[in-house]
Amino acid sequence: MSAEREMLTTSLRDQLDVRQGEDAYLVLRRATVLDPVAGIDSVHDVVVRDGKIAALASPGEADADGAEVIEAEGLHAFPAFFDPHVHLRTPGHEHKEDVETGTRAAAAGGYCGILAMANTQPPVSTAADVSALREQARAGASVPVGFLATVSKDMQGTELTEMVELREAGAVGFSDDGLPITDAGLMRRALQYQRLCGGNIALHEEDPRLSGEGAMHEGPVSAVLGVAGIPSVSESTMVARDAALAGYENARIHVQHLSAAESVEIVRAAKAAGVQISAEASPHHLCLTDEEVRSLDPHRFKMNPPLREERDRQALIEGLRDGTVECIATDHAPHQPEEKDVPFEQAAMGVTGLETAFAALHTELVLAGVIDLGLLVERMGGGAEPFDLPRPTLAPGSEANVVLCDLGAEWTVGEDGYESRSANSWCAGRTLTGRVLVTVAAGQVAFRLRSFSLGVAA
Amino acid sequence: MKHLLSIEQLSREEIEAILDRAESFAEVGRRDIKKVPTLRGRTVVSLFYESSTRTSSSFDLAAKRLSADLVSVKAAGSSVEKGESLKDTVATLSAYDPAAIVIRHPYAGAAQMVAGWTTAAVVNAGDGKHEHPSQALLDVYTLRRRLGSLEGIRIWIVGDVLHSRVARSNLIAFAKMGAEVTVCGPPTLIPRGIEELGCDVSYSLDGIEEAEVVYALRMQKERMSESFVPSLREYAANFQIDSRRLNPRQLLMHPGPVNRGVELSGEAIDSPQSLITEQVAAGLVVRMAILYELLAGGDASTPAAEGEGSRPTPIGTSA
Repeated sequence: MSAEREMLTTSLRDQLDVRQGEDAYLVLRRATVLDPVAGIDSVHDVVVRDGKIAALASPGEADADGAEVIEAEGLHAFPAFFDPHVHLRTPGHEHKEDVETGTRAAAAGGYCGILAMANTQPPVSTAADVSALREQARAGASVPVGFLATVSKDMQGTELTEMVELREAGAVGFSDDGLPITDAGLMRRALQYQRLCGGNIALHEEDPRLSGEGAMHEGPVSAVLGVAGIPSVSESTMVARDAALAGYENARIHVQHLSAAESVEIVRAAKAAGVQISAEASPHHLCLTDEEVRSLDPHRFKMNPPLREERDRQALIEGLRDGTVECIATDHAPHQPEEKDVPFEQAAMGVTGLETAFAALHTELVLAGVIDLGLLVERMGGGAEPFDLPRPTLAPGSEANVVLCDLGAEWTVGEDGYESRSANSWCAGRTLTGRVLVTVAAGQVAFRLRSFSLGVAA
Repeated sequence: MKHLLSIEQLSREEIEAILDRAESFAEVGRRDIKKVPTLRGRTVVSLFYESSTRTSSSFDLAAKRLSADLVSVKAAGSSVEKGESLKDTVATLSAYDPAAIVIRHPYAGAAQMVAGWTTAAVVNAGDGKHEHPSQALLDVYTLRRRLGSLEGIRIWIVGDVLHSRVARSNLIAFAKMGAEVTVCGPPTLIPRGIEELGCDVSYSLDGIEEAEVVYALRMQKERMSESFVPSLREYAANFQIDSRRLNPRQLLMHPGPVNRGVELSGEAIDSPQSLITEQVAAGLVVRMAILYELLAGGDASTPAAEGEGSRPTPIGTSA
């Protein structure tokens, strides 16, 4: 394999795996089309045909002969979203999620592509593991899925996986997510090997000695609750280490689920110094702080990295604005009730997020006037490029990846259940404004909201 | 008040009501027959997931003194050892229709979760490093008896604050009662951000002479192996409360069990300034008052009056 970065191909369907169905022929009549990266912000008839955005026609003027027409006046069409950080729990924990349920959840959230983490049971550490998962995705994934492989064999943190073979088998990149790579020597070798095999390396940044037995952010709230804290420096010192290593090796890294203000500052400085570093932030870190943990509710508020303080949340938002954080990633982490119906410190870490990410951020950040809609849409699609995948766009001729939303619709999370197999949503019970009605992923209709009545063929 | 889950949830008035109730039980305790019929026919479950001498025995005795039927479950030797979840254990015990569940658990928020799973009143007898409200109440009770009021009293809490639920609950309770609290210990054992609870922080015993009350915490030996302190010897040299550091007008408290020669010297423990045995005695009446407030609260009659009323036909002969 070439040492050069692979050329970007133009479709997620070519690069990832998805169940092949029928290409949609749709006209979204008079939709408000917003694609900030392509510079589109106007009302159009969006024509989806043969897997592509066939046209953005003048409102009311698209020829809809034989097409399904959706009256979309007052509704918004965006490039569908891309989530580079999802736990599909397969193999090994299919009782929490599998490829089918996880991609259905993604489709319901408006995503046209996701990347699945490798911390399964067993971890995705061999070419055969990757091939088996890709096969499952071709059989049952509603949206294109890419699979990461682990950096270290079985996530033991001691030996590298066969990175070249994993890439040849189709691993999109590498990550030991769930665990940090504590051994700086191993980390360095993985970065050196990247020159041979390509593929970004996504990093869960945490120093386990600083995190200790911590179950929440270390600060005044943890002091009050008597729950051991995970200090911000547990994350930021590792981000600093890996930014330095990536710079030294001229390698590329992607920092996952940024949570601390100090980490944002380090990523910003590394970018300014020319390091190839990208970063993601999760909706829950962008919307919540450790004040929520006063409730000691593990279902909604226990995750790793933990919810931090308002200053951290503000730093993440500033990172979104200035591009230090180029993408929003849910870290969708399904768990079953028995792992959450226990005292906070004993509960499993993680919350689900695919089905609520857009609506939550629209409600908490856009409607609250913190960021504008265009920036949210841009960052919701920013997770593809760090992994050499095409950013979803509505530019005519590109692969059809479209989400149709009703930005005025209010809904209460969980009242109609979830597409995910698990219910540990951090938004459970919240009323959100903005709802995904239809998702088109790789040219196919991946999701339609049941209660949204579709128009008839014209 | 439906449950007693934390000191944080209580107002000063509620704290005082419980302490006043405890005073009346102290009076009952001086009689030959120390039992009142208040909770006759009702069941109290005590569920302990951690070892305990004082707290479990005093809650058990408090329930018996109030004539409740008592079911005591210790994690060791129960289905907990067979892997039963807390939720399932609570569901099982709730089948006995208990009026109250007293629970101690190694993790924060356990009592609060139990309160969501049962119709019984739940008493937090210690949840992880979070809270230990009955301890705080008995400590306030002990001090109130000695000093009349805690208003303006300066209290130093010394030792392993980081791992201490007693420190947290007491700090909150003392502050609510008007005391000025300083927490003191090595920096590795003082949680970052503890000032949030409205206390001062000191990393040495310098200045402790200003305190009217010195409250020492238990130093656990495993803290040394985890390098929270370099050695117990050095810890004792810097933070042990002994007769040299304690001046004669200061009161000394400790939640027990004491490591003699570590956080306290033997002579300090046995000195007349020490309230340690009074704290234990207070534990019984305060826990009676807690159960009474939760299960018979709102009832205008005082337990003492009720006890008087039942005197002609005293129940049982147990003591």
